[in-house]
Amino acid sequence: MRAPPAAPVLLLGLLLLAGVACGGDAVSTSVPLSAGGAATTPERAAPAPPAGSVTLISHDSFWVSEGTLAAFTEATGIEVVHQTAGDTGQMVASAILTVGDPLGDVMFGVDNTFLQRALDADLFEAYESPALAGVHPELVLDPGHRVTPVDFGDVCANYWIDHFNADLPVPTTLDDLADPAYAGMLVVQNPETSSPGLAFLLATIAEYGDGWEDYWAALRDNDVVVTAGWEDAYYGEFVSGGGERPIVISYASSPPVEFIYADPPVDKPPTGVITESCFRQVEFAGILAGTEKRDAAEQLVDFLLSETFQEDIPLNMFVFPALASADLPQTFVDFVELADDPYVLDPADIEANRNAWTERWTEVVLR
Amino acid sequence: MNGAGPRVEGLAVEGLTVAFDGVRVLDGVDLSVAPGEVLVLLGPSGCGKSTLLRTVAGLERPTAGRVRWGDEDLTEVPTHLRQVGLVFQDHALFGHRDVAGNVGFALRVAGAEADVVAHRVARTLGLVGLAGFEGRRVDTLSGGEAQRVALARSLAAAPRVLLLDEPLGSLDRALRERLTDDLGVLLRRLGLAAIHVTHDHDEAFALADRIAVLGGGRIDRIGTPEEVWADPGTVHAARCLGHDNLVALDADGCCALGRLGDGPGTVLLRSDRLVLAGSGQGMAATVGAVARRAGRPVVGLLVGDLSVRVPVADGAPVPRSGDGVGLVVPAGAVVSLSG
Amino acid sequence: MRRAGRRAAAVAVWALPAAFLAVFFLYPVGTILFEGLDGRGLDRLVELGGRASFRSVAWFTLWQAVASTVLTVLVALPGAHLLARRRFRGKALLRAVTTVPFVLPTVVVGGAFLAVFERLGLDDGPLRLTRTAGAILVAHVFFNVAVVLRTVGTFWEGLDPRADEQARVLGATPWQAFRWVTWPALRPAVAAAASIVFLFCFTSFGVVLVLGGPARATLETEVWRHAVSRGDLASATAVALVQLAAVVAAVVASNHLQRRRAVVQRPVRRVPLPRAGRGLLAGNLSLLAAVLGLPVVVLVERSLRQLGGGSGGGWSGGWTLGHYAALADRVNLLPVSALEALGNSLLFAVVAGGVATVVGGLAAVVVVHGRRAVARAFDLGMMLPLGVSAVTLGFGMLLALDEPPLDLRSSRWLVPVAHSLVGVPFVMRTVVPTLRSVDQRLREAASTLGASPARVRREVDCPLALRALAVGAAFSVAVSLGEFGATSFLPRHPDRLTAPLALFRLLGVPGGALRGQAMALAVVLMVLTAAAVLVIEGGRRGSVRGDW
Repeated sequence: MRAPPAAPVLLLGLLLLAGVACGGDAVSTSVPLSAGGAATTPERAAPAPPAGSVTLISHDSFWVSEGTLAAFTEATGIEVVHQTAGDTGQMVASAILTVGDPLGDVMFGVDNTFLQRALDADLFEAYESPALAGVHPELVLDPGHRVTPVDFGDVCANYWIDHFNADLPVPTTLDDLADPAYAGMLVVQNPETSSPGLAFLLATIAEYGDGWEDYWAALRDNDVVVTAGWEDAYYGEFVSGGGERPIVISYASSPPVEFIYADPPVDKPPTGVITESCFRQVEFAGILAGTEKRDAAEQLVDFLLSETFQEDIPLNMFVFPALASADLPQTFVDFVELADDPYVLDPADIEANRNAWTERWTEVVLR
Repeated sequence: MNGAGPRVEGLAVEGLTVAFDGVRVLDGVDLSVAPGEVLVLLGPSGCGKSTLLRTVAGLERPTAGRVRWGDEDLTEVPTHLRQVGLVFQDHALFGHRDVAGNVGFALRVAGAEADVVAHRVARTLGLVGLAGFEGRRVDTLSGGEAQRVALARSLAAAPRVLLLDEPLGSLDRALRERLTDDLGVLLRRLGLAAIHVTHDHDEAFALADRIAVLGGGRIDRIGTPEEVWADPGTVHAARCLGHDNLVALDADGCCALGRLGDGPGTVLLRSDRLVLAGSGQGMAATVGAVARRAGRPVVGLLVGDLSVRVPVADGAPVPRSGDGVGLVVPAGAVVSLSG
Repeated sequence: MRRAGRRAAAVAVWALPAAFLAVFFLYPVGTILFEGLDGRGLDRLVELGGRASFRSVAWFTLWQAVASTVLTVLVALPGAHLLARRRFRGKALLRAVTTVPFVLPTVVVGGAFLAVFERLGLDDGPLRLTRTAGAILVAHVFFNVAVVLRTVGTFWEGLDPRADEQARVLGATPWQAFRWVTWPALRPAVAAAASIVFLFCFTSFGVVLVLGGPARATLETEVWRHAVSRGDLASATAVALVQLAAVVAAVVASNHLQRRRAVVQRPVRRVPLPRAGRGLLAGNLSLLAAVLGLPVVVLVERSLRQLGGGSGGGWSGGWTLGHYAALADRVNLLPVSALEALGNSLLFAVVAGGVATVVGGLAAVVVVHGRRAVARAFDLGMMLPLGVSAVTLGFGMLLALDEPPLDLRSSRWLVPVAHSLVGVPFVMRTVVPTLRSVDQRLREAASTLGASPARVRREVDCPLALRALAVGAAFSVAVSLGEFGATSFLPRHPDRLTAPLALFRLLGVPGGALRGQAMALAVVLMVLTAAAVLVIEGGRRGSVRGDW
């Protein structure tokens, strides 16, 4: 039984979103939610968890070292109740459904591909953390500070080093991937079902603009293989997992992970990154609208930007801390090649066009 | 055992041995049944009667031995090609088919035309006295009707051998006796080789051309009803055949009735040969219980520690419990048994 | 007093499962459908219906589900015969082992299948299975064969073999005897099993995405795509409605098949198989063994190999037990060790299995003994959770169960409850054919001996149904051990990490050691499942002696 005022707000949000989703030909339908929407959001939230606690909602891939969150409790006396809610898409969709009656107080893990959808749905309350001062400024994508950048990473084409040599040099650009010399080597993920798949599609759109469809037609002619998710690409088709293809869409941090978790141990990663193919993903945290623990939530967001937390990020989530001053672990320093000039797209553009883009992509590549 | 020379026709079982999990249920059974002959297998529960039938039908595989029809070795022939009919005690009618569907099953399996099936079904139902029952659902049948349908179903397949596994066992006595008679008439009319399994000796005597008594997986005794009655051969067979008066003898061959044998063992006193006499004749005896069997009075006589059952001759006065009488044991009344 | 107690018990028999279904299924799903449909949903429905691409998705969903179901039944029946009619060593183990595919994550199985296809030369050429609808069918057989094997096998065991023997004596070949005598008797059980398989295949998600290739879609993947990937709840709801309508139609049809006159069961001794059928049977069984066994063998092999780093890559590395040893350690990437995750899984599975057994068992009693209309409603209602998309159920729970007294959406026990929703139909569908086939004479005999109707149920029905109940419970536990569909939408405490989620976590980042551990965890999960099933079903095998 939902509170009467919440239902219309929610519905309105959903309908507007649906409108965006189906406005296939619209290039940029920015949809401002009526101001009344936020105002009528009830103050009630789910029955309170134990006093002195704050609930952190994250996607399934949120991991920290043991004791990291305890450090927050030690410093503030506030206990962190952590709950996961599926992958990023599921988490955002759940949060939109329960807007105003949130499952927790702080949400971590919305990335720039889902950011606009979350903002459009008024998921978050604005909060400008004092710790933002130390953050790489280009990561701050929402000037209204409804979300706070916590980490970033690149989605790039990875390659199996031993497959390439003087006769067959490592491809270095997106253009190379469509070169017949590299026919039958690339495996990508379906952008409809996979986050790195979407990121790579966005990289090509950022590079080629309206010409992206031609590029993908060329990739298709070059015998690209498409999988549903990252796991079946990396472990099914890519050489590393026993497949036959030497180039896969993965993360810039995959080589150090290959190194850390090699069995038997190796001297250096067996894989490398094509830095000219990278799309930058930024993950944000935000205070969920309707929280009854605004103060504790603010403290938690501050903590997510603290050095304690930031330096714990790389070896758990294999992405980079947003805090410029955070120290990187040696394996990252040694083995991560971070793109100097990664591809980026405006979150609003992404939200406005993603359905049209993925639909076109499906027609060009799969049909 | 049953005449010399090769038989051209008829069922023969030779050295049949069946073991389950290493336990021998049948142990070297030999027997034969000629066309038109009814062989009754008599024995208590668990003596291997059903297994023998199932093996003949091909539903169990023998560990050793053979099953033949004339010169044709059936041992390796799959069940459906053996041309045998098997009627179970609980009839195992196909619950999802009506009476006609059950009776006509074999014909349809053989690919007969619908009108041929219908004709044969009607005729066979008439044969078992159930004309017009075609459309009945099998779960509306009484026990006797169901059994007749089961029989008709087997007969409609025109088997060479009919195997009846206590087909009347689940029926009440009166119905059983009537059906036994009907069955006997029918089997002789059809001229089938039939093996009928029962543990009821009355039923056995009513139906059998020959009786085989099965015990411990072996055939104890086989012969015509008269032969096996007169000389059961073993204690087990004598009990199965319904003999009452089995007397244990001591080391000298003696018992309360005097010396009946040469040494220890068991003898059978044939009640039809014993004579109930007046007091003073034969051995002195006291009348115990007085019962009637099939209307005839039978008295239990106590001689010393022995109890002997003797029928009262037609027209003779029936003594009362406690009376003193005499028991005459003619020489022909004592049959020695083994085992 | 006692009478009142009995009345209360009688009411509880139907009220408990009804309340369970209403609170945890009908109310959440109704809420989400209402929210989603209001206004735009119906228009969207009309619009979808007009789109050729949507119609082709619907058509593909239907035909692949039908084909998968038929194939599964065909592959499983010989095995069901084996389990029902033959005595052999290790039968209980075999029975238990067939349940393990249930707990294997699609991604892991998908990888194993790809490897099997490759080794069998089915990855290319005219017989190519890789990334085809054929691969989906094969995988569906793999995942679901146990449903038919166990449900039908248990029922078959209780059929009087004499009917079949009688047919053989009357001149029917083994095939004719099966076709004309055994099959009609088995049909209710086959329909029950097939309906479950159909629903599983109809709402298949991971198998379709991983094995069918990226261009394949089913209604289930479409719901997910609209709701999660595109944030378009109206379209998602419209698709979910189409799916729900199809599911209702399928369940009604299968219920109709099942209700055909049930066959009376009495326990009988298994008879040795006539030799004639052995060749055919062996052929079918080896097919079953291949479909079930080969992917599992690949998994076991992978769990024992080092993933060649450095030069080679792939699974060419040496043999090692290290992946198993590592399971006890706390990996940096998991909040608890893999073994603790297994413990969590087991706890949830026990709770889910218990709930499903109680609710499903009671529902089965209502279906068999209840008034006609009520029975039909139960029969349909309890099946629906199998056919509703995980997105619909998960979102529905988030939306509906948010206020006292049903403020459950953050409760850790909502996860096993959601699992048990899937387990209930298994329990019910296994128990119903058995209860229907209990010899009425046994009940009458008990009544004449002075037993009240409740007592009759306890003394007659329960012991006979216990075996089917155990099979259903085992399935519920297996489903729970492997489930991560609907529950992935529910908020979870990460230290309550379950084994399948730990497995995904291990698979989610590169690195040979993690991959090896994931495989080892999959193997341990399989062994654990087999063991759990053995324990649940152990002792339920009262051997019945026949008369010789």
